Amino acid sequence: MGEVQPILEVTNLKQYFYLKKEKLFGEKQIVRAVDDISFQLYEGETLSIVGESGCGKSTTGRSILRLDEPTDGSISLFGENLLEMTQKQLRVARKDIQIIFQDPYASLNPRRTIRQMLTEAMSIQDVVPKEKQEARMIELMQLVGLQPEYLERYPHEFSGGQRQRIGIARALSVNPKIIICDESVSALDVSIQAQILNLLKKLQKELGLTLLFISHDLSVVRHISDRVIVMYLGKIVEIANKKSLFDTPVHPYTRALFSAIPTVEKGQKRERIILKGDVPSPLNPPSGCRFHTRCPFATEQCKQQEPQLVEVKDGHKTACHYWENFL
Amino acid sequence: MSENVQAATLSQVRSQVKKKKRKELWQKIYSNKAALAGLIILSIYALMLIFGPLLSPYDPYEIDLQNKLQGPTLDHLMGTDDKGRDILSRILYGSYLTLGVGFSAVLFGGSVGILLGLVAGYYGGKIDSIISRLIDVMLAFPGILLALAIVSALGTSLINVTIAVGFFSIPMFARIVRGSTMEVKKLEYIDAVRTLGANNVIILFRHILPNILSPIIIQASMRLATAILSAAGLSFLGLGAQPPSPEWGAMLSAGRDFLFNAPHMALFPGIMISFLVLGLNLLGDGLRDALDPRMKA
Repeated sequence: MGEVQPILEVTNLKQYFYLKKEKLFGEKQIVRAVDDISFQLYEGETLSIVGESGCGKSTTGRSILRLDEPTDGSISLFGENLLEMTQKQLRVARKDIQIIFQDPYASLNPRRTIRQMLTEAMSIQDVVPKEKQEARMIELMQLVGLQPEYLERYPHEFSGGQRQRIGIARALSVNPKIIICDESVSALDVSIQAQILNLLKKLQKELGLTLLFISHDLSVVRHISDRVIVMYLGKIVEIANKKSLFDTPVHPYTRALFSAIPTVEKGQKRERIILKGDVPSPLNPPSGCRFHTRCPFATEQCKQQEPQLVEVKDGHKTACHYWENFL
Repeated sequence: MSENVQAATLSQVRSQVKKKKRKELWQKIYSNKAALAGLIILSIYALMLIFGPLLSPYDPYEIDLQNKLQGPTLDHLMGTDDKGRDILSRILYGSYLTLGVGFSAVLFGGSVGILLGLVAGYYGGKIDSIISRLIDVMLAFPGILLALAIVSALGTSLINVTIAVGFFSIPMFARIVRGSTMEVKKLEYIDAVRTLGANNVIILFRHILPNILSPIIIQASMRLATAILSAAGLSFLGLGAQPPSPEWGAMLSAGRDFLFNAPHMALFPGIMISFLVLGLNLLGDGLRDALDPRMKA
């Protein structure tokens, strides 16, 4: 994968939210939801972002689409910086990146039939000529495993899993290259989760899609990803391909996360790393390494100095001062 | 081949579904007794509006001093007024004035208010602050007082009454629409159409507006009733329709002087106004229940 050009490159992305001042002359409070992260997305792969809630993984997805205007950094799609585009250029560019949301009940307009949604999507981006829209809609419905007769129905007439399929059909209707799945299966029950995940995998294979999969669920991530990013408090702590990450997690946070995955294997005693306390507030993130307040191995250096992402072995990067000790 | 067949059956399904939906809407209104009553009342008013001039037995302006202040008789079903004019004919002729003022006022106030509310709620920030402060200023005036001020500034006429009454409906609409817009714009389906590349106009009018219709419909039906009452009130005060005009408020006002010896003169226009307002409120409530697809049992 080394020399291939990424289709999406995120560089030094920062997303701060400014809170209203509580006192008249008080300081403005800043939530550093995403603080200086960089990564590449390669064509055809599935890259997952995992982390606890509030670590900035969903914000990253929203920033890439400019649903929230990022504070700083660059996001280049096919070499063009999305953040420098005018609204008009952006509307056209958005065709290539679509999103599937977490809550299938909130992500479909309750007043529009499935036909109206799909027609609108195709017309806005002008991807399919009018006379071919009908055939394309039938094709899309079949692609996501729904009966074409359902086109005339309203969202409230569907179950959660079916709604998520509709969300996928809508995203696919503009022929995107990249699909961001923002916790797309976490609201569904387990058997439906598997169905949707397999559908996504199948679509990826058939249509050559690139997926950016945002989730807190490690078993889901393990099932679907090629590479995984682990985030903590707005920072990337580890990036690696799936095998390398799950076999040899390096960063103490990743190891703590993985030790929390329940297993069914008998007799295997795993060392369980229990983290103390809660995730600190992104309002005043800890100095130095953001994980030092909860890290069992933290030293004085961790409090002072922020670790950079360093390469452990081909493509496996981590941000920890003492990574060599954990190999 | 099979695709064509499929498209054909699909369009069949489509028209069936459409028919079914229309039927459901009617059933919804029909099964809601209050809404049905409202619909019937308003239909009667609508018929009156259309066929009034044909049905009225006398010329509404014809003065017949020999038969003045007569109570209801077979000749004059609602009696005559102080100048001997037939009250029934006057009410029939006047329906378009009263209803017209009400509807135009709400249409004017509603469209301006909805637009302001959408813009304020959607864009937020400075635009929102400016519009919201404007609305606050308008709300600080008691409605009827504001209307009085506008009419006295513009001059007394029915059109000015319409403008005045419409004007003081603006803040009510703007406020409700602003609040609902802020709520709906945060939902994921708005983000979804934005990612599809929709512009603000599409988002505002195709996705936000239809989803905040319920509060608008309720507000419109209530404002329509208020507008008709206020317009009648202004005419009653002598600021709206001028004497020979058969506007119901003006007729009520004329009847005021004869309340003791000829109460029917004020009674009939009063009843007409009350039932109109009642019908509007009943239908407004019923429509809200029928139009919202999420409230289907």
